[in-house]
Amino acid sequence: MKMHTLSVAELSKSLKSKEFSSVELTQHYLDRINRSDLNAFITVTDELALSQARVADAKLANGSGSVLTGIPFAHKDIFCTKGFKTSAGSKILDPFISPYDATLSHKLNTENMVMLGKTNMDEFAMGSANVTSYFGPVKNAWRSSRQKDLVPGGSSGGSAAAVSAGLALGSIGSDTGGSIRQPASFCGIVGMKPTYGRCSRWGMVAFASSLDQAGPMTKSVRDAAIMLQNMASFDPKDSTSVKSVIPNFELALTSNIKGLRVGIPKEYRLDGLSEEIKQLWQRGVDWLTQAEAIPVEISLPHTKYALPTYYIVAPAEASSNLARYDGVRYGLRETGQSLDEMYENTRGAGFGEEVRRRIMIGTYVLSAGYYDAYYVKAMKLRTLILKDFQEAFKSVDILLTPTAPSAAFAPGKKMDDPIQMYMNDVFTVPASLAGLPAMSIPSGLSDEGLPLGLHLIAKPFDEEMLFRFGGVMEEAADFNGSPPCFGI
Amino acid sequence: LAKLSINDSEIEQSTIELNNILSLMAELGEIETDHVEPMAHPLEMSQRLREDVVSEANLSEEFQEIAPKTGKHHFLVPTVIE
Repeated sequence: MKMHTLSVAELSKSLKSKEFSSVELTQHYLDRINRSDLNAFITVTDELALSQARVADAKLANGSGSVLTGIPFAHKDIFCTKGFKTSAGSKILDPFISPYDATLSHKLNTENMVMLGKTNMDEFAMGSANVTSYFGPVKNAWRSSRQKDLVPGGSSGGSAAAVSAGLALGSIGSDTGGSIRQPASFCGIVGMKPTYGRCSRWGMVAFASSLDQAGPMTKSVRDAAIMLQNMASFDPKDSTSVKSVIPNFELALTSNIKGLRVGIPKEYRLDGLSEEIKQLWQRGVDWLTQAEAIPVEISLPHTKYALPTYYIVAPAEASSNLARYDGVRYGLRETGQSLDEMYENTRGAGFGEEVRRRIMIGTYVLSAGYYDAYYVKAMKLRTLILKDFQEAFKSVDILLTPTAPSAAFAPGKKMDDPIQMYMNDVFTVPASLAGLPAMSIPSGLSDEGLPLGLHLIAKPFDEEMLFRFGGVMEEAADFNGSPPCFGI
Repeated sequence: LAKLSINDSEIEQSTIELNNILSLMAELGEIETDHVEPMAHPLEMSQRLREDVVSEANLSEEFQEIAPKTGKHHFLVPTVIE
């Protein structure tokens, strides 16, 4: 039997009924990782995984396990994991062995989940194609009809590629401007960004602290609900963590969306949006209409300013967050005659091109003469973007948009121009700026046979609405496509 | 300010790219925002304060172990004051 084709819920049952053990399941995944050439993992924690699986099996044997006990998962290499390298895809953290666990890693360990390894990612989560990693690019498991290699999206590209290729049952990822949702769309999996403050950021390497949020990347909507249940919590160690009621997310999968109103934002119909994305979007509207939801055209007038706003706010925060990598206390150090020279050499050698670019942009927009013109202006636009959403949610329950303006593309094609790359995030960034929960659901195949995602955006802390609609869309889309290597 | 060393060969290309990005940002100038408050928090919340008590264990030995250069209870850097 192909164990990796089952869902979290199914595997949990099989483990409890002793059809197979967690050790067997874990070994199955480790073998698949070893055979794969996608470069999806930076570190494979095989010994840890097998020892965690043995502990899980003992728990399952005495009946004390939870739904996640013994389930093999991957962690994006942005989550600190005690005793293992946590690189965030950067040379500057290549030597860094974390002395502690992130709150999320700790929580999953407490459930006796099995950690298979740390997945590859764009350096410091800055990228949309997983090509900026110091540990090399990740390949998408899907290939175009012309059999070309494709990017998996980013920044959680290793996580998305691993889940789609059956190298892990799911992964925890992080999303700043679309880093969970866009790669999920490119790889044909479910990717969810919860409300800002829903999951702890403590021990998750910071990129842009007012936007960063962890979330699940899974094969199905139900698996995402099960995962979020075990990820969401109030964490006193994270000052932006929010004390909120945590509902039973799985119960939201009712298949009933009758009478609920779905906003279709007209500003997302970009000039030059491809015919296949327009058709996919219309198909999504039709599915929801068939399920007796009510589509309503709405307006989010400041949408076109979201991208430039994001590319001021995120680099500004990044330039501040990344100031800590100075070669003094941990990570890479290059020598220098003076302290300043040591800083400059360390950071010049340790950061890749895109990270340096964003640090320079961020430093520039925060500098004394330009602070008001760029940073304050962007924060004012952020207020207007938030107000657009608040206004829209007075008359609708959820929004439906495409996740990304295209399917996965070949490396090299769009990468020479940073602005072309930034366009990948055009549909995901507005919800990030407003702190809203959002989810990408695999919804069809492109003309070239590649996965495409549709994107749902809900009100703050209304992840239940995402799961409710997500379940309906998943059923209607009947997306059972998988990349060629999945069946092997 | 950013404390980054850059090769001379990279400067020209970087300048072009940074200028392109800044011109993308200049689009924001189209919008009149004199009476708009800059956002402080996406959910309009304020950050919690906590009691000023020690909440973390002392891990100084673990932190020293992973540092590039250390002395007894301190991190070593190039000479700052002669």
